Amino acid sequence: MSRTPLDTVEHAAETPDVELPWAELGLKKDEYERVVEILGRRPTGAELAMYSVMWSEHCSYKSSKVHLRQFGEKAPQSDALLVGIGENAGVVDVGQGYAVTFKVESHNHPSYVEPYQGAATGVGGIVRDIIAMGARPVAVVDPLRFGAADHPDTKRVLPGVVAGIGGYGNCLGLPNIGGEVVFDACYQGNPLVNAGAIGVMRHEDIHLAKASGSGNKVILYGARTGGDGIGGASILASETFDDAKPSKRPAVQVGDPFQEKLLIECTLEAFAEKLVVGIQDLGAAGLSCATSELASNGSGGMRVTLDDVPLRDSTLSPEEILMSESQERMCAVVEPSKVDRFLEICDKWDVIATVIGEVTDGDRLEIFWHGGKIVDVDPRTVAHDGPVYERPYARPEWQDALQADDANKLPRPETSEELKKQVLQLVSSPNQASKSWITSQYDHFVQGNTVLAQPEDSGMIRIDEESGLGVAIATDGNGRYTKLDPYHGAQLALAEAYRNVATTGAKPLAVSDCLNFGSPEDPAVMWQFAEAIRGLADGCLQLGTPVTGGNVSLYNQTGEAAIHPTPVVAVLGVIDDVARRTPVAYREEGQLLYLLGDTREEFGGSAWSQVVHDHLGGLPPVVDLERERLLAEILISASRDGMIDSAHDLSDGGLIQAVVESALLGDKGARLVVPDGLDAFTFLFSESAGRAVVAIPRSEELRFTDMCGARGLPATRIGVVDGDAVEIQGEFTLSLSDLRTAHTETIPALFA
Amino acid sequence: MTARIGVVTFPGSLDDRDTQRAIKLAGAEPVALWHKDKDLKQVDAVVLPGGFSYGDYLRAGAISRFSPVMATVIEQAKSGMPVLGICNGFQILTEAHLLPGGMLGNDHLHFICRDQKLKVENADTAWTVDYESGQEIHIPLKNMDGRYVADERTLDMLEAEGRVVFRYVVGGEFADGFGNPNGSLRDIAGITNEAGNVVGLMPHPEHAVEPLVGSGRTDGLPFFTSILKKLVNA
Repeated sequence: MSRTPLDTVEHAAETPDVELPWAELGLKKDEYERVVEILGRRPTGAELAMYSVMWSEHCSYKSSKVHLRQFGEKAPQSDALLVGIGENAGVVDVGQGYAVTFKVESHNHPSYVEPYQGAATGVGGIVRDIIAMGARPVAVVDPLRFGAADHPDTKRVLPGVVAGIGGYGNCLGLPNIGGEVVFDACYQGNPLVNAGAIGVMRHEDIHLAKASGSGNKVILYGARTGGDGIGGASILASETFDDAKPSKRPAVQVGDPFQEKLLIECTLEAFAEKLVVGIQDLGAAGLSCATSELASNGSGGMRVTLDDVPLRDSTLSPEEILMSESQERMCAVVEPSKVDRFLEICDKWDVIATVIGEVTDGDRLEIFWHGGKIVDVDPRTVAHDGPVYERPYARPEWQDALQADDANKLPRPETSEELKKQVLQLVSSPNQASKSWITSQYDHFVQGNTVLAQPEDSGMIRIDEESGLGVAIATDGNGRYTKLDPYHGAQLALAEAYRNVATTGAKPLAVSDCLNFGSPEDPAVMWQFAEAIRGLADGCLQLGTPVTGGNVSLYNQTGEAAIHPTPVVAVLGVIDDVARRTPVAYREEGQLLYLLGDTREEFGGSAWSQVVHDHLGGLPPVVDLERERLLAEILISASRDGMIDSAHDLSDGGLIQAVVESALLGDKGARLVVPDGLDAFTFLFSESAGRAVVAIPRSEELRFTDMCGARGLPATRIGVVDGDAVEIQGEFTLSLSDLRTAHTETIPALFA
Repeated sequence: MTARIGVVTFPGSLDDRDTQRAIKLAGAEPVALWHKDKDLKQVDAVVLPGGFSYGDYLRAGAISRFSPVMATVIEQAKSGMPVLGICNGFQILTEAHLLPGGMLGNDHLHFICRDQKLKVENADTAWTVDYESGQEIHIPLKNMDGRYVADERTLDMLEAEGRVVFRYVVGGEFADGFGNPNGSLRDIAGITNEAGNVVGLMPHPEHAVEPLVGSGRTDGLPFFTSILKKLVNA
């Protein structure tokens, strides 16, 4: 049997003219030349594999880095932040000695290619980020965006994605407590499958991804390494789809949630016995990423023997082993005296664990294969010194015309009958309809601490059974608003998530984001991206909620058509006692309904303009973050002091959407009166920001209105919880049963 | 004196901690049991909790049934020790032949999670004495393979001997928890063995024990007070 000679470091130095497939691996010519310059020779095949995946857009953030810096530069002072941007996930202090870690990531491209596995492994990846911080995962959320609801391909993608999220998350025993489902033709070839997770730990249990202490062992544990997902990060996540190329299915990983569940339990047991110095999960770029990041974040170097990696396929080449994105693997750095105990715990959970290397005195990452040294690099050059691009950006020419196409000038309903018809049209439209057909495929009970789950404004988890301490999370993003005005659209996403957390009674603390955009090589997309980040960073500064981490997903584009710019913002909040939470549902007849905030004629990007006129134009609602903060303070105070029994934030769909949801969830109707100074149409459909509707027991009315008056928040009495219909006095009445039919039948009719 | 109730953790068990919490809330002492350990630590009763033991690979419950702990559970169940199997635990009990029949994939082919309306058909088992026969309760349901099946003779025998313990309530609005959620034959949600000490059901009583979390109801608590009463009075 003859074999080509092993491409060792020595061999590479001796054979400078060997052509390497850098272009196929996704590197640009100047990037390859930079690698040669760093090494002072051509890279070996294994080194090339590592640089190509780690310098991919997905891993290196090369197009986004220059803009993302603002999250650090403009970070508000916050005592709550324990670990900031750069680690696997940010960590926030929530009091009583508890810390919470949370993050949102994308798994967009794989989920389009193979919906079930793409979405499933998205859950798996974000959960491993959480355990890598030392936390027990306690909940997941899934913000999803699909193409048009009635497009045949949506019927392929959505059920697969939903089943994948359920199939993986349910099997891990993590309650799914929130997220969104949005339909828009702009996502047809580029669905957005974002996944978020929350974990809880004690302050002293925070772990970081670093390899320190010469002689400490590097242990790879979890699943065996196979040929799946090779090049996932560089090929799938960093290129636009092109129909002419062959199927990319082999680059999507396959998930095994059972293995991941064992990985969670065994990792947490090792943490509890303080056996771990540093830890990193294997996600995008697999071992290339884990070894180079652990080594570059620590104090020394690292030596790895690749022959010791347990394989599922013995024919894999060293390059493939380094690039494999096989799921359910983690890498731990453990002191020699604790290795036996660590391996014992892995054995207890039937998890394969192997010492594959050790931390060295030097500053090199050296990897060996069959006795030859195939990698000899400064790990920082792989993990952190990737290319940085100042991509050109420019406000697109069409932006003015888009904003000039004012939605406020669209024809409005002229009769009460027409108004009523449009209300039914709105609440039954795919975006506004009940998503319970989807969310009922997710377990939201497991772990026994779920206080609120979708369709509540935020998901809420109890983290201390004695004190009732809890955390809340909401994710929001509105691509339509952001398309109209990226700066303010991003702020509206932040404002909505912030408001949603406060509406349930929790105090917003910190932000994670998942920034979904088109190709960074298009100056118009890059402008949207730059503007959105500027808006988000300014907004976070003003609201005092630092960005703790997140994820960028670019190249969400088919041909020339990019998705709407879609920053998805997750806000995490804390509540001292979950018994004080405020749900959406109306609780008691006779309670008074108050509208908080100002209602203006704002229809740009609105659900009404989409549903009734299939229109996108004008300007999104005005952002007033000081008002958002005041509204949040009022909602939190009212919840703490027991003044309100129900609250619902107003966002897409406006007031009528919120009232219908509260009424259906509580199975109690509402009688509403159009307040002075507003017409019925604006009252029902406007999407002005900074608003909520609350239900107040009559005994609390005075106390509540006094509080609003003293603090300067407009509070308008608009009606009462009553009967079995939603009635707009002088306009129309819709029975709850008609509304329920309209609201709940749409999604099953499309996808069941 | 209180009762010691064991909760087995299999690899992939998910609701083991929730079940321990429910046992504690009912006033009994929960004892963690490990699947590789044959020793039941002198517990008075055992709960096999929900989850996806061994990932539900091969068939739900099919691998766990052979774990060391199950050898002892099977032996003691046959001599009268109370055993409750919830969801995956029910699947394990049928695989272990402590209960007849088996579970197939839901007829609609989706995972389903909702607060389910049940009718108590038998309030005489070790786990249901604190209910009343005919009582209607809401208990959360969440599964992929929840469709109870058995041959006609077995079904007739279960009915004739009063061994159907819970039935899904059909008739009302689906959204309110009514309806057969998975295609189970004769709307069966839970059954017992001849002696009434072994009970299995698909819904999750441990998720309905506190007003604040889970389903927000406490309809599941009587499972755990029933067994406590039974054991302490015994």
